Amino acid sequence: MFPAQFDYQRARSIDEALSALASRGGDARVLAGGQSLIPAMRLRLARPAVLIDITPIDELSFLRENNGFLCVGAATRDFALEVSPLVASRYPMIADTSVLVADPVVRQTGTLVGSLCHNDPAGDWPVTSLAARAQLVLRSKSGDRTVSIDDFLVDSYTTAVKDGEMVTEVRFPTPDDRTRGSFYKLERKVGDFATASAATRITLKPDGTIAAAGVAIGALGPKALRVSAAEKLLAGAKPSKDLVAAAAREAEKIADPGADNRGSVAYKKAMAGVLVARALRTTFERLGVKGLE
Amino acid sequence: MKINVTVNGTAYERDVEPRMLLAYFLRESLGLTGTHVGCDTSHCGCCVVLLDGDRAVKSCNMFAVQADGHAITTVEGLEQAGKLHPLQQAFWDQHGLQCGYCTPGMLMTCVAFLKHNPKPSEAEIREGIAGNLCRCTGYQNIVKAVQQAATADEMVAAS
Amino acid sequence: MTSTQKLPERHSIGQAMKRKEDPRFIRGKGRYLDDIVLPHMLYLALVHSPYPHARIKKINKDAAMAVPGVKAVITGEDLVAAKLGWLPTFHGFDNQMVLAIGKALYQYQEVAGVVATSREAAADGAELVEVEYEPLDPVVDPYQAKLDKIILRDDREAKTNHIYHWEVGEREKTDAAIAKSDVSIKQRILSPRCHPAPLEPCGCVSDMNGATGRLTVYMTSQAPHVHRTAFSLVTGIPEDKIHVISPDVGGGFGNKVPVYPGYVVATVASVILGVPVKWVESRTENLTTTGFARDYHMDVEIGATKAGKVTALKVTTTADHGAFDAAADPRKYPAGMFGIVTGSYDFPTAFAEVDAYFTNKAPGGIAYRCSFRVTEASYAIERAMDILAQKLGVDPVQLRRQNFVKKEQFPYPSPLGFVYDSGDYEATTKKALDMIGYDALRKEQAEKRKRGELMGIGVSTFTEIVGAGPGKHFDILGIKMFDSAEIRIHPTGSGIVRAGTRHQGQGHETTWAQIVAEELGLDPQELLVEEGDTDTAPYGLGTYASRSTPVAGGALALAARKIRDKARKIAAHLMEASEDDVEWKDYKFSLKGVPGKSVTMKEVAFAAYTNPAPDTEPGLEATYYYDPPNLTFPNGTYVAVVDVDADTGVVKVRRFLAVDDCGVVINPMIVEGQIHGGLAEGFAIAFMQEIKYDEGGNNLNTDFTEYLIPTAQETPHWETGSTVTPSPHHPIGAKGVGESPNVGSPQAFVNAVIDALSPYGVTHIDMPLTREKVWNAIHGAAPKA
Repeated sequence: MFPAQFDYQRARSIDEALSALASRGGDARVLAGGQSLIPAMRLRLARPAVLIDITPIDELSFLRENNGFLCVGAATRDFALEVSPLVASRYPMIADTSVLVADPVVRQTGTLVGSLCHNDPAGDWPVTSLAARAQLVLRSKSGDRTVSIDDFLVDSYTTAVKDGEMVTEVRFPTPDDRTRGSFYKLERKVGDFATASAATRITLKPDGTIAAAGVAIGALGPKALRVSAAEKLLAGAKPSKDLVAAAAREAEKIADPGADNRGSVAYKKAMAGVLVARALRTTFERLGVKGLE
Repeated sequence: MKINVTVNGTAYERDVEPRMLLAYFLRESLGLTGTHVGCDTSHCGCCVVLLDGDRAVKSCNMFAVQADGHAITTVEGLEQAGKLHPLQQAFWDQHGLQCGYCTPGMLMTCVAFLKHNPKPSEAEIREGIAGNLCRCTGYQNIVKAVQQAATADEMVAAS
Repeated sequence: MTSTQKLPERHSIGQAMKRKEDPRFIRGKGRYLDDIVLPHMLYLALVHSPYPHARIKKINKDAAMAVPGVKAVITGEDLVAAKLGWLPTFHGFDNQMVLAIGKALYQYQEVAGVVATSREAAADGAELVEVEYEPLDPVVDPYQAKLDKIILRDDREAKTNHIYHWEVGEREKTDAAIAKSDVSIKQRILSPRCHPAPLEPCGCVSDMNGATGRLTVYMTSQAPHVHRTAFSLVTGIPEDKIHVISPDVGGGFGNKVPVYPGYVVATVASVILGVPVKWVESRTENLTTTGFARDYHMDVEIGATKAGKVTALKVTTTADHGAFDAAADPRKYPAGMFGIVTGSYDFPTAFAEVDAYFTNKAPGGIAYRCSFRVTEASYAIERAMDILAQKLGVDPVQLRRQNFVKKEQFPYPSPLGFVYDSGDYEATTKKALDMIGYDALRKEQAEKRKRGELMGIGVSTFTEIVGAGPGKHFDILGIKMFDSAEIRIHPTGSGIVRAGTRHQGQGHETTWAQIVAEELGLDPQELLVEEGDTDTAPYGLGTYASRSTPVAGGALALAARKIRDKARKIAAHLMEASEDDVEWKDYKFSLKGVPGKSVTMKEVAFAAYTNPAPDTEPGLEATYYYDPPNLTFPNGTYVAVVDVDADTGVVKVRRFLAVDDCGVVINPMIVEGQIHGGLAEGFAIAFMQEIKYDEGGNNLNTDFTEYLIPTAQETPHWETGSTVTPSPHHPIGAKGVGESPNVGSPQAFVNAVIDALSPYGVTHIDMPLTREKVWNAIHGAAPKA
């Protein structure tokens, strides 16, 4: 119920944060929203020796389009995405996700980047980020490096962030007008972890066939999974009910969930297919493709 | 660690351990026991307070040291000069409370909610309070209370 | 006489008066247990067993004692040395270890207590208490426990896991009737283990004052007087030296009726250390160690004629009580009021038996908003009637109506020994069917079925039993289950009202004032209501099992009538008339045959102090200890309409209607609020709430991540209605209602879902109806691995 003792440092600049991380190494954790970290600390499952609070760094609190990407800073709250007219109008998959993460109070403090760094197997943002083919910018004293979301999400609660590094932003490619996406989450109640989740993103060619697809599922394995087989099936094909069903089957095949209170392996695998199918149908509907219901 | 926090308009300076949660800081260091603790996992929302006027925050999920330099509003800060906040009046009028334990957190969530969404539908209200649990009311009268408060003169003027 | 119309306008009863307790709660100025801070107060944290069944070889306190701020570490052995190792349980079949002695018997059982100067230090210390365990095989299935292969309680004289056998009714006659009936059904129906989980966890501040010799215990208590007596019996401290104060309580639902180890350890710590000690549990401790509810495995058989008339009911129950039988039931009723299982139906014969067993799980079970096992019984009969209707191929409402106990049959002696006071089940049901548009819904369902859409309608026509209870049958620890009221009217016509009950949100500060105001023609705003302080409140059995209005409500009315009797003497004195010529009419005392001559109660109150009647004492007060002649029997008809998503198993509750008959209603706004809240709990139990243990004895639902409390978004919108059939024996005709919605609703939800799935041949699925269970029923998959 009460965390173990720790030291607390406020970073007023990115450099200050990086210095602190460099000196304390693996003992230190970055604190932004803390909405995943603090509950873990209260249960004494996480016991960092020092927390480095980056929320005072205004430089990290941004939500803007730049160079063909939607850029979200490390200290940007989920709520900012939830209320952003830019996100609502141009990034439907992110908009869908932004009202399903945690609960409406937690979202006012939690951060998207924090969720990616925490990499809970049932987290929502990793799924959407995979479907969007997002990139993260990691900074250390030696400079910046850009990491694809696929390389970033290593395993349950494990990411590519090295000691002395912190994520400064995540970037989502800006869709063109032939690109849409959607996100679905099956949860037992608001605030529950997903029983299963799915994100799909489709770009159409002028002739109506699929140019590229992003398909990802969550809460169905040690981390969010890209359904590459579905993406390959979709690319170059014409949208149809059979295609949706085939893509859904690929999701079921690759899903590797554990049984728990949310469901058995069989049920969850079936839900992988159901949610991918629903996400694809909604994505196609948003693209103006008819007749797939 | 020394921290400076303004709570309900009053400035406080206190020395706290980093691990002290904001909820306990408010309740024990400042004696403001209106904010309650109901769970260990930040689900119940009994502990919600406002940060810097319009951000609802679960104070059991935040360290007091993070509040340094910020302003907190608790349920004790809602009544102004002997006049109840329209939400407080509405909860009373609509029987939106029974045991009263979830009420402070529910009120603070609703204050922030109505700031962000001054003309909510019933469905939006139910979504907006989904971060707060109640075991007594079945939520229906809480929804009615928020609907009443949204139409109160001061709230309409402010929005 | 049943009325569906409003009663004539009365002074206070029936008014939707705004609550008098709300001003402090809306301001955050309630005074809950954890708000209480006393000088020099220390904090207690408990250490818990990770094993469901283990010998305790050794406990090492050294590392814990070395933590700065830790003042004491207490173990079961320390308590045994102080003769406080065991505490008696309420219905007397068992004793419970305060802290584990020699063995841990369930996962999270309390094993040691650490007292320190801060919560954090106590938590740090608790983490460092070293306990050496030798794990033993756990028993988690009551049917396995029954086999007595592993005896769990070697402290008991009888070396068996069987705790008791209880039965009621006519076994042979019922067996014979079922055997020769045209049609019969038999189904094992589970009422799963769940937990009341009020938002305020349990806790206490125990303060043994060495100077005065008095022990003050602030406590989250639904029954402070009983707790005071229990403390006295356990500690040997005389009752006059014990002061229990139950301040504002953040929800009870039965969770705050038992005496928990934390209370005892905090008290012992205060005695040893000479300072107040506070214990407040975490949510996990609340869910894993405090009183669970239900866990009844019920084999239900009904016999019927082919025309649909029921002939017999037999219920054989296996009850899982966990590691200690800490069930808080009236002593002679180890299975509570389970005998209500014949429900609203006129069974010519019936038989019910319950066998209870120990298992390696948390001890209990308590009455979670259910008047002692009434939820289990009501769920069983309502589910079984639907199964019978399905077998007979008849509409489930029609089957019920043809078997209802009829209005003319009241007072109705049931075959299981209760005498139902009053009811008009047909009127309540007809009202519900009209309000929901039942026939139109069935038409809609038929059309949807043709298109393969899954829509379900579920009904529950329940009768429940509350208001424990008449002293000749009901006692707790030997104390008869009366309740009490003490009313004192001040010279200026306001007053103070104290009762032996203890509300946790039910609105007594308002409704008790309304009852007294009604009897005395005074202003309810000027009647201060107090409960919960054992030094000042008259002795009562507390608030749970919907007993407050039936019992304390009766005491309040009768105490007020005693005051009115004395007031009549004073009125006669003031009007210089004989008492026989004075009548109480229109809320004042008038002189018969002399229009315009009257005195108000306020005038009488003033006179009681300034101009007392001859041969009467000055002052105006009365006390009444009310032993009710019977329980009361509220009833209701609930209808649920659901739509099922076949692909995911998600059930959407489209509509839910509750028509309740709780007799005379004191405050319709408060009653409606009680219904809303109870329905939300029933909804949760039907769909998502369960305390489950795996085969290894591990508790799988230890916090709100896994023990699901629905939010406003999942919770349906509630439609409500009422009929009014007063209780003929209750002083104001009221029956009580707090538990009806939790008693009557789970089966309505379940019946609706089973109805939706009936095209797949489904006749029963156990609660909670998770998405997966629903989905499996549709897709025909095997039960989950």
